[in-house]
Formats: sequence, structure tokens, C-alpha cells
Amino acid sequence: MKPRIGVYICHCGANIAATVDVEAVSEFAQGLDSVVVARNYKFMCSDPGQNMIKEDIKNLQLDRVVVAACSPQMHEPTFRRVCEEAGLNRYLFQQANIREHCSWVVHDKEQATKKAKALVSSAVRRVALQEPLEVREVGVTPAALVVGGGIAGIQAALDIAGAGYKVYLVERDPSIGGHMIQLDKTFPTLDCSACILTPKMAQAGSHPHIELMTYSEVMEVSGYVGNFKVKIRKKPRYVDESKCTGCGVCQEKCPWTADSEFDMGLSKRKAIYTPFPQAVPNVPVIDTEHCAYFQKGTCRACEKFCEAKAIDFEQTEELVEVEVGAIIVATGYDAFDPSPIYQYGYKRLDNVITGLEFERLCNAAGPTAGRIALNGGSEPESVAIIHCVGSRDKNYHEYCSRVCCMYSMKFAHLVRDKTGAKVYEFYTDLRTAGKGYEEFYNRVLEEGVILVRSRPPEVLSENGKLIVQCEDTLADCQRRIPVDMVILSTALQPRADAEEVGRLFSVSRSADGFFLEKHPKLAPVATMTDGIFIAGCAQSPKDIPDTVAQASAAAAAVLSMIARGKIEVEAATSVVNEELCSGCKTCVSLCPYNAISFLEDKKVAEINDVLCKGCGVCVAACPAGAITGRHFTDKQIFAELEGLLADVKLPLAGDAEPTRTAEAKPPLVAV
Amino acid sequence: MKQYSYFPGCSLKSTAVAYDESVRAISASLGIELIELEDWNCCGTTAYSSIDRLESIAVPCRDLALAEKKGLDLVTPCTACFRTFERVNSHLKLYPFLKPKVDKVLAAAGLEYHGQVKVRHLVDVLINDVGVEAIASKVVNPLHGLRVAAYYGCLLVRPRVSFDDPENPHSLDGLLESLGAEVVPFPAKGRCCGGSLVISNVDLALGLIQRILESADSNGAEAIVTVCPLCQLNLDAYQGMVNSRFGTKFSLPILFLSQLLGTALGVKPKELGFDKGIVSPDKVLAGHLQESVR
Amino acid sequence: MSKNGQKNGPQIAVDGYDFVEEIASEPGGESIRACHQCGICSGSCPSVLWMDYSPRKIIALTRAGKRQEVLSSNSMWCCATCHLCTVRCPRGIEMPELMHVLESIAIREGLAGRVSAPTMQKTLVNAAKRQGRVHELGLMGRFFLRTNPLAALKMAPVGLKLLLHGRLPLRAEKIEGTDQLRAIIKEAQTIGGAEE
Repeated sequence: MKPRIGVYICHCGANIAATVDVEAVSEFAQGLDSVVVARNYKFMCSDPGQNMIKEDIKNLQLDRVVVAACSPQMHEPTFRRVCEEAGLNRYLFQQANIREHCSWVVHDKEQATKKAKALVSSAVRRVALQEPLEVREVGVTPAALVVGGGIAGIQAALDIAGAGYKVYLVERDPSIGGHMIQLDKTFPTLDCSACILTPKMAQAGSHPHIELMTYSEVMEVSGYVGNFKVKIRKKPRYVDESKCTGCGVCQEKCPWTADSEFDMGLSKRKAIYTPFPQAVPNVPVIDTEHCAYFQKGTCRACEKFCEAKAIDFEQTEELVEVEVGAIIVATGYDAFDPSPIYQYGYKRLDNVITGLEFERLCNAAGPTAGRIALNGGSEPESVAIIHCVGSRDKNYHEYCSRVCCMYSMKFAHLVRDKTGAKVYEFYTDLRTAGKGYEEFYNRVLEEGVILVRSRPPEVLSENGKLIVQCEDTLADCQRRIPVDMVILSTALQPRADAEEVGRLFSVSRSADGFFLEKHPKLAPVATMTDGIFIAGCAQSPKDIPDTVAQASAAAAAVLSMIARGKIEVEAATSVVNEELCSGCKTCVSLCPYNAISFLEDKKVAEINDVLCKGCGVCVAACPAGAITGRHFTDKQIFAELEGLLADVKLPLAGDAEPTRTAEAKPPLVAV
Repeated sequence: MKQYSYFPGCSLKSTAVAYDESVRAISASLGIELIELEDWNCCGTTAYSSIDRLESIAVPCRDLALAEKKGLDLVTPCTACFRTFERVNSHLKLYPFLKPKVDKVLAAAGLEYHGQVKVRHLVDVLINDVGVEAIASKVVNPLHGLRVAAYYGCLLVRPRVSFDDPENPHSLDGLLESLGAEVVPFPAKGRCCGGSLVISNVDLALGLIQRILESADSNGAEAIVTVCPLCQLNLDAYQGMVNSRFGTKFSLPILFLSQLLGTALGVKPKELGFDKGIVSPDKVLAGHLQESVR
Repeated sequence: MSKNGQKNGPQIAVDGYDFVEEIASEPGGESIRACHQCGICSGSCPSVLWMDYSPRKIIALTRAGKRQEVLSSNSMWCCATCHLCTVRCPRGIEMPELMHVLESIAIREGLAGRVSAPTMQKTLVNAAKRQGRVHELGLMGRFFLRTNPLAALKMAPVGLKLLLHGRLPLRAEKIEGTDQLRAIIKEAQTIGGAEE
């Protein structure tokens, strides 16, 4: 029986109609084989446009639909839904792109119309050969994995767990808390960071639905949306978490020290340590590189003094496999290391420090018990704060790190408050766009902080002072300002291992190196991989309010999946014809999604319908031609080609070579 | 023997003859053959780009057109010439509307240029083609005890260079150390000597020259080593003026890298142009010139 | 005097747009659009204290359309092309190139009379295009004669020392291909300029 095809040419306002003669194209379509009706309309995606299709399907008994409009990326789901609502299988629909592939790139009207006709002809021939396919649904495991235990990860985990679902919260460091727990006060309210974070940390640590895995890393992710299998490696702490009471005696008695990562190297910690007093879990970890037992076989003081007998030098790593329906990647940021900026003197001159180092200096639990002190121990009488170190700079990071203007002003306030020292802030543009931020700027000005609009080229050391040399662009003069301390407001940059982490979770990265969201405005927490979400500074530099909002957004997306309980799976996958399969296994190794397995008993290949993405590599590679790509069969593809080239006449054998003359028509398909 | 087209530049034929002499003198022992580009014309340096933008590209392009026919890399010891030719190459690539104009201009002189000439500074060749280790192995007269300040100036490492850091360069330090010399710390190593401003704004330039001499002197340098003919001229010929202007007593010989290289490689001092220095290097080099060589 | 004490009231500047576009059309001049006015160039410049306007301010004045002030200033002529600004500029602007573009426009319009540097450049360039080689003695001689003969006396000791050390040839060299140079110059002048 011949198919009954309906063809709809969209004007898309002037987007298509101004260049393509839509009347001519729909007239042309009406004359094509098996086309029962051909119409053209201003906006096919609108309600009246959609209804037009539904009515025709009902009244004219259409069994195939072609819409020639924008890219399928835009509205294929829309029109597929329209067909289904009218009782037609969604795979009996084909969209021809006469906008992005035609009217938007071909400027000559005659050429564009010709091309549109070819594209429509192509779609019509193809759709005639399309078959209905069954849309499958898979279940969603009602559990989630959150990678990263900073404020973003903690918030997301609490939101999902609060809805009653299981969350695995994996953190690489011995404790959750991320960078936020290192901060002193937070802008603009000057809340103590630890005071507002530790309650959430405690909640996350004790929540019945959150399984906290600290000192752990994700090793492998397999599966697909709704059904991920994740292998996690729990690194050995050499302390038994179930026995440890968190009394801290082991840390007291340990005679071996190392630089404290938490204090940015400004103080020492022990070889057996918790990174900070409010650590969650409050279970220490042995750093084998600095532990005398692991290095030389001696000491064992911690074991001696541990009343709970929790020290276990024989502990090995544990590999755990979990099943989850969705994953949130909230791995945070690294601070920019200003050492390559030679002229700022970091690590070369005394008393030049970074933002995070200052946070620790200023923090009451820090290396100086909250005293803002110079190397010699005295308090500074003047401090310079240089904005945009590593940011807004073609030589390092072109982007703006968003939070540094605010944290620089916060530093200025803290320095004035604690020491009364003169503070000079060197900025180019002040970015104070958040709630209460402009008011904070005004407060800081009134506290007597001097803002110099300048990007200083150099910090020099002269006669015991640090000199900031710069051009004051507002006062229009060259200045050399002597100070005791220079704080470099360093950029937030992607984690050093972002590339591997991206590969692990199939998340790509934008040009600036941060993880790439699905759509910058409309889908900021989703990624191109279904079921994997991103949140917080891992996606781009942002302040705490925005991080918490994004974390909750990602949690909501995950909860929506889990609450629905099932996910539709694309049916345009590939299938092996067992009779034709010769068992050569070529396809097995080629599949980029590991969707093909070899059945030893039958000696044939088998494709997992749900893992398969329909990419077609196996279809093309199979030497026996045993694999068919559903919805992209050879016949359908050839039909498309024939439609595109319908107007091109092939020379018959014996004809002279077609000569190219000045009047020769350009090819039908504009290149 | 690796061959190169050699572009001395106008300075090396006049105020910096010692540079030209010493470069030629050391080339054989370093395993490189420098073939002077026939009938080369002045590149115009930075001066030309202030006068006429098109001519400032086209005139040095004549040299590149001539060099392209030879098929060899074009090496010059003069940093200004190096940057001028580099500018021609990069402008032709960056500004597509420029090439047809330049092509037309060259065609009027019966020349053509296809952008194929690789322009290198002498130091680039020494470090990347010959190699510091190879140079060290050929040293027969190590300069032990000679305290030198390695002066990079501006145009060798800026705006950018493949073999060193523009803000904190160190490539010459390594090279000089491999000759046995002691390289002193020298904070002003990358500071500008004033270049041609010594003529149009002598007061400005003298201040800059003084800062460089002071920095080398206060760090115990016995001599300053340079790779640019204009830097050598400024630091050497104007040292007297600096002394009378600022009341200083500098007496620092300003040597070309090739002169010290030649000394370490055992080349006769006569061939290295030491007699050309206004501030005489005789006293400083007395103990270092090989006795067998006279 | 106007009401608020300003001389002649607020100045109506030439449209900065046109002046900026004029510079941007020259190769090397397009980077003027990228400037954030951060001032790192001026802070780095070894000559800034001698300039009428700092490098950053030159760009600001250009955008404000202050054509006369910019082109007749000495700022560009103090630039030593040391590129310290280029290395540090967060927008990747090659400031010396911009300076040279302004210099060439200033010369074209005859606005570079206040400073002696243009004479020096022109003297050098004339030697380069006529003889194909630059003869320092001749260059210095002509330069001082044209600008400040008394200054020549100050420089005489240096010149004499160079002469005695064999570093100042008395005769000018000339290349064979001077006709090629002539043809190049003639054609370049016919085309008119390097701008887009």
C-alpha cells in the first residue's frame, strides 16, 4: 500500500519565507510521489500549526508527516509529540531543515528555493520508507551520587536526602567542607563561614539517607541515565571509622609533621591528622609520606595511645560499587597560583600572599590565631590588595572570576577592623552586582579604604617596604605606594584534573576549562550527557548564594527524574541480524559506548538497546552488513540522497562529457 | 656544517663592527656557516614604521625576498633587525589585505616573497641549533672567576620568544655559565637602555643607562654582556656621559656575547674586536685571554 | 569664562568614533578597541615621566576625539619600543605598534613639529631608502644640523671616541640594488598606504 504523506512548509515568519519561496516549495511538494497534501504556514510550531497537522492526519488518513522548517534540534520533539497525539508513531515523522541549512546560509533567493525543494524531496522519499518503532522506557534507580563535598555537594545531597532518597556523597579529601570551610568571614553579611557551614556539614554527616564516603574517589562510571553503575575507591585511612571516637589523642602524640594543606602551607599538621577541628567525619587519616611507620617502620605512637584501638596499619583500600539514577558533579575550583607572574614577587618577596592564604591568616583557628601579621610577627601598617590576579588576563585566564572584587573589599574591611592599617585596593572595574553587594562597597569606602583605579605592573622591594608601582588612572599620575603587605586577589580556575574528571563522567568543558552546561541560559545545571548534572564552581566561578541555588537546582532536576521513576529511551538504535553475523567481533571493539557484547554460545554479536546511541559506527564497519541502524537504514539513506539529487541528470554511456559553459547551471545543492 | 643566510645589519658595519667580527670568528668552531646575504639593504628598524606603514613592510621585504631564493634560515645578531623582519612576516599573515599591496610593490622591483623565510636571532641559533651542551664541550679556555652581568635588553625576549621568559629571562645566564663565567644577579637585566632615544631625548636615555650600569655594578659585575648593537653602544659609548651627569665612576666594559664566546672557544683576541670597546676590557680580561694566543 | 569657571565652557570634541576607526584601519592599530584603561602599560613604561600623556591616556584621549592633542603630543616619540607594556597588557595590545601608527599619522599631518625624534627617524629612513645602508656619521650630522647644532657640540666627545675606535666610518656605503629600492618606494607611494 502506498504511504499517505502530508508535507508542511513553515515560513518561520521571515526567517524562511523572506529567502525561500514557500508557495513554490509547497506547490512542488504537492506534486511529489505519495504526497496527499502539502501546505505552508507562518509558524508550524504554533498551536494552529500543530492542529493543522493533527486535523490532516485525522481527516486525510495520513500515515507519514514531513515538516520543512528549522533544525530538528529545535522542534523535532514538538512535531513528534504532535504525531503521537494524533495516533501516529513518532518515527513516521521527518523534519527537513530549510532554515539553518538553507534560508540562513544561502542568500540568493532562487538558489535557496531550489535547495529547499531538494531538501523536501529528500525528506519525502525518506519518510516513505520509515517504519514505526517502539519507544522503550527504563526505570530510574531511586538514588543519586554527588561528587564533591563542598557547599554545592552538601546542599545538593541534603535536598535529595530530604526528599527521602538515598544519596552517596563522595569526597576526595579526608573531610567535607571544600574551600568554604577555609574562609574566615563571608561577604556581604560577614557571617563566619565555619559557623554557617558546619551545621550543614553535621547534618550531611548524620543524615540517615546520606552515605558519606570521604577520602574516596570515583574510579569508573558505566551505564546510562537512570541506571548508572559507579565504582568508588575508598582510600585507606589506616584508622577504623567504626571504632574511632574522634578524641584526638593520636594527633597530639604524633611526633611527625607536614605542611598543612588546609592552612595553605602556613602551618604544620601531624602525619596522622584531621584537616581541621570541625572535620566531618571526625576521623583522622594517616599521611603515609610523612608517617615514620610507613616510611621507616618505626614509631607507632598513635596505635599505642589509641584507647579505642582504632589504628589499623594493615587497612587496605576498598572498592565499592553503587547503583544510582543520576550523578551531580560538584567538584569545585582550584585557586590560581600567582608564581608565574614574576613581577608580583609571590614566593620571591616577603609578605606577598594570596587570597586563600589571607583567609587562613585572618581566621581565628588559623596559623596566627587570627592575627594579621607579617613574616616577622608584627602587624602591618599598610596593606595593598591587588584585584584580578590571573583573571581578565589574556596571559592567564580571560574570564572574570566574579567573586574577587567582593572578597577583596571584605579583606579591606577585615584589615581596617583588626589592625587599623591603611588599605589600598587596586582595581580596574568594580563588580558588586549581588544582593547587598553595592551597599557593602559603600560601607567599605566609609571605613576609609582607598581605592586606586589601576592594574599595577610591579611589586618591588625597597628599604624593607614593598612598593606598588602603578599609574593611578583616575588621578592621572604615576604612583609608588609603599606598603607592608600585598594581598593578591587570585582567580578561581578549573581543577587541575578537570580533564580526567570530565572524561570519567562524560562531561565536556567550555573554552575556559570549566564543565560545560547543556545551555548557558535555559539549562545551566544539566549536561549533554543525560542524567549527569553539574553545580557550583565546577561549572564557573560564583559566590556562595549562587552555588547553593545551583546545587538545589541540580537536586531538583535529579528529584524530578527519580520521582517520575522512568525515562524514555531513544529507539533509533542498531540491531544485529544473527543470521548474517559471522562472529568476526569487529563491531565489539569499535563501539564508543561499549554497547556491543559477543555471545559465546551463539558466536554472534548482540547490541544492548539501552546503551546504544545509534551512532552508526558498527553499521558502517560490519563487513557482512549484518547490522542495521534503525531509523537510518541503507534504503532510507539512499532515498534521501536520491531526493537531494533528483534534478541532476546523469550522463548516459556514450554521451559526450558534459561541458562547463558560462551558462551552465550551478549544482542543485549549494555547497 | 649548518648553513644560514647572514644579515649583519647597518650597525654591525659601523658602531658594532666588533659584533660582526666576533660572530664570524666563532662560527666555524660552532659548526655553523654564515653566508652574508648579497646586496642586503637596511631594514629600517622601528624608525621606518613611524614614518610610513606600507614602506616599513615593503623595504625590509626586499631582504626577505632575496633570502627566500637562498632557501636558508635568515640569521641576524641585531635584535632590532630580527624584530623588524619578524614583524614583516607576522603582519603579512595577520592582515590579509596587506599582502596584495606588498606583492604589487615588490613586483615593481622584480621581486616576490611567499612568506617562507624563517628569521632567527643569533641567540636562538646558539641555544636551539648548536645547543648549550655542545658549546660547553668546545670550551678550551673556561672563563673561571670572570663576574659578568647578562644583559638581555628589550627586544631579545619581548614581546615573546620561544626559548625564554619575557619577564624573567635566564637563557643567556645558562650559556655564560657553561663558558665557566660567574653570572651575577642583575635586577635590571631586562630594562630598556633607551635605544635610539639616546639621540632624540638624551636626558631620558642617560637615566635609563645609569639604572642599568648601577644595577650591574652594585651586584659585583666586572663586565656586562649584551646581544644587541644598540644596547652595547648606549652602555659603552655613553658611559662617560653618565659618569659626568650623575657623578658616578662606572668603568664597566660592555662585551658582546660572541666576544666572550670566542674567548672561551680559544679564538685569537685580535679577531674578536676587543679594541673597539670605548670602555676598555683589557684589564678585566687580562687573566682570561689565553697565553698561547696573541 | 562660563558660569562654572571653565574657560570657553565645555569643549565639543571631534567625534572619537571617527578617530578610533581611522587608527583601527591601519595594520597594528585595531588593538586600540580592546583597551580596558587599566593602566598597566603606563605603570610599566620607562619613558612615561617624559611623556605629555601616558600610553593609557593617549588611548583615552583618542577615544574622546582629541585629535590635535594626541597627534601633536610627544608621547609616541618617547616610546622606546621596549614592549614591557605588550608583555603585561591583559588584553594583548601591542602598544608600541599603536604608538607607531599615531606617529605616522602625525607626520602625515605635519603635527610632529614639537619634537626632534621625527627628524631623526626621517633622516634614517631617507638614508635607508636611497642608499640601502644607514651611515651613522651622516645621520648624526644631518640630525643635529637640522634640530639643534649646539647639541652636536655636547655629543662631539662621544662621536670622536667612536671615530677613534674605528666605529664610525667616514664614507657612506651604497648597495647595488638602489634602483629596486627606488621602484619599491615609488610603487608604495602610488598605492598610498597600508590601511585596509
